[in-house]
Amino acid sequence: MTRVYVPKDSTAVSLGADEVAAAFAQQGIEVIRTGSRGLFWLEPLVEVDTPAGRCGYGPVGAADVGGLIAAGMSDGGAHPLAIGLVEEHPYLKSQQRLTFRHIGIIDPASLTDYLAHGGYAGLRNALSMTGAAIVQAVADSGLRGRGGAAFPTGIKWKTVLDQPVTQKYVTCNADEGDSGTFADRLVMEGDPFTLIEGMTIAGVAVGATQGFIYCRVEYPESIAALRTAIAAAKSAGYLGESVCGSGKRFELDVRVAAGAYICGEETSMLQSLEGKRGEVRVRPPLPAIEGLFGKPTIVNNVMSLAAVPLILEKGPTYYRDFGMGRSRGTIALQLAGNLKRGGLVERAFGVTLREILYDYGGGSASGRPIKAVQVGGPLGAYLPESQFDTPLDYEAFAAVGALVGHGGIVAFDDTADMAALARYAFEFCAYESCGKCTPCRIGSTRGAHVIDNLLAGHEPERQKVLLGELCETLIHGSLCGLGGMTPFPVQSAMKHFPDEFEPRSQH
Amino acid sequence: MTSVEPTAESQAVAAAIARHGHEPGPLIVVLHAVQDALGYIPEQAVRQIADGLNLSRAEVFGVVTFYHYFRTHKPGARTVQICRAEACQARGCQSLERHAREKLGIDYHETTADGSTSLEMVFCMGNCATGPAVRIDGRLYSHVTPERFDALLAHQENAL
Ligand SMILES: Cc1cc2nc3c(=O)[nH]c(=O)nc-3n(C[C@H](O)[C@H](O)[C@H](O)COP(=O)(O)O)c2cc1C
Ligand code: SF4
Ligand code: FES
Repeated sequence: MTRVYVPKDSTAVSLGADEVAAAFAQQGIEVIRTGSRGLFWLEPLVEVDTPAGRCGYGPVGAADVGGLIAAGMSDGGAHPLAIGLVEEHPYLKSQQRLTFRHIGIIDPASLTDYLAHGGYAGLRNALSMTGAAIVQAVADSGLRGRGGAAFPTGIKWKTVLDQPVTQKYVTCNADEGDSGTFADRLVMEGDPFTLIEGMTIAGVAVGATQGFIYCRVEYPESIAALRTAIAAAKSAGYLGESVCGSGKRFELDVRVAAGAYICGEETSMLQSLEGKRGEVRVRPPLPAIEGLFGKPTIVNNVMSLAAVPLILEKGPTYYRDFGMGRSRGTIALQLAGNLKRGGLVERAFGVTLREILYDYGGGSASGRPIKAVQVGGPLGAYLPESQFDTPLDYEAFAAVGALVGHGGIVAFDDTADMAALARYAFEFCAYESCGKCTPCRIGSTRGAHVIDNLLAGHEPERQKVLLGELCETLIHGSLCGLGGMTPFPVQSAMKHFPDEFEPRSQH
Repeated sequence: MTSVEPTAESQAVAAAIARHGHEPGPLIVVLHAVQDALGYIPEQAVRQIADGLNLSRAEVFGVVTFYHYFRTHKPGARTVQICRAEACQARGCQSLERHAREKLGIDYHETTADGSTSLEMVFCMGNCATGPAVRIDGRLYSHVTPERFDALLAHQENAL
């Protein structure tokens, strides 16, 4: 055997992938470090090339390496850790991997590998098109922003394109602050060139010459992977003065965030990119008109930008043909929390929450019933079992008062304390508030106290009324979603689990 | 102007300003470089950065205090970050948090008396399917039960 593939993804590494890679290297075997396929319960998942395709073994520990070699893993030999052909695994085979098509397969540090897998075909097409035609293709694909607000990407780009200004920017929101989300991270660590290509296409389309990726500081591995890839793209002429010799300039830099959740909100992110406190800006003006340093700026999530190369490569119809209703294409669902098989599932919109939780997730990791699921991050609603048949679709989720957001799905078993989770939502809002609006800054701390009083039995009915009023004040008196949406997890928990919002006996 | 002997600290700050001061909106980039070099942003650095970037000291201080990541006190020899966010809660991080605070005898944003360990809370490290998640000096771990936490700390101490 000559070569194995071992993920360098941070979850895989947290489960021992570096030690496994070292153990193979010690046996004289070439190790290629890849991203993760996103089957986290199988990490570290080691793969080998066989004539039939890549065979996988997982979860592998360093101590298993000798046994795997002896079992003839180079030919896909039988072993208790063998999962067979990786792409035939039901978890992967049933997915529609568009944005994730390279991840877990290619070496994210190798531009050569990216090119060998069809990379930069989208940019090549884009360079032969007018800016308006590129923007039209993105609009026709039906792509909506994956950062949370689901705003049509093509419309945003058109606004920037239409500004008669020479200096424009493309910014990538890689702050991925929502608990239960890691899709951006998997892309940045596992296939950074796709994001870089998407941003370059955006720059070429709207006439922006500088891009910034605003990446959370909690992702040091992503920052390193991006910097490596940007350097490689630059030295090969895919970034810089004249992108692929087109005469069009596009420079790209990574900026590191500093641990403030609010900086994922786009205007706060722009403040932070300017080196300021991340206080939310009043809109209008829209960032597309007056954004970074007052110039027209595209702000897009990692997943939105990473979808673009394929749209330009295969055409907008290819992408639009996936999905349902007004939710077109695929969504990267992140299965997190108390699930047996947590990981990344990229599917066309329309798959139900139940399929995700049970067919993919395998039910709870603890073996207990799943009681509630929070979708869309800390500002997303809690859904009870009676809503598990809701299809993943922006409009269907909105109809039940919930949020798809960035696609994070956090499952809780029946030991979850919904009042404690509601209290946490307030606590988080208080901790992360940018301080601009009083309801958000003060009301959130108050909300936590009201829940304490309710549970302690101090005039519980009055506390419930207070809680309702407080939520209304937050919804209507907040400038941005942090204050404005913190009531969603609180109110959904109260609505679906009313028994838990009652005085508790003191021990 | 009084001329002060340059210290290792002030030299690190000067290097950060020299390296990044010309970038657009450089303050946070400079603060990162200083914290990377020194582990925190000393009071003296705030003055030096303000002078170097032509900002008021209040502006620099305002930015330092806005961001949870920037520290104004010297951290311990190692930093332990525990994720407190929902997906790790669903995996029982609260009992880990309790255990870690008791074991170390400190709360979040504090450092043990012997200067060995600082404890920080973070809200998500993107390791949400295999929690509770912990980072110790930059190295990420999954499935950190209280017992595993003790083993990781002991292992680290042995490795020192
Ligand atoms: C409190 C708050 C936090 C947010 N955090 C993020 C984030 O971490 N990443 C992100 O892409 N968008 C985040 N958003 C949404 C952004 O404001 C913005 O809609 C998005 O970056 C636009 O990109 P898209 O159109 O590609 O989704 C957040 C919004 C709010 C209100
Ligand atoms: S709602 Fe909160 S975070 Fe948003 S602008 Fe107001 S104070 Fe800032
Ligand atoms: S919620 Fe803990 S790592 Fe994401």
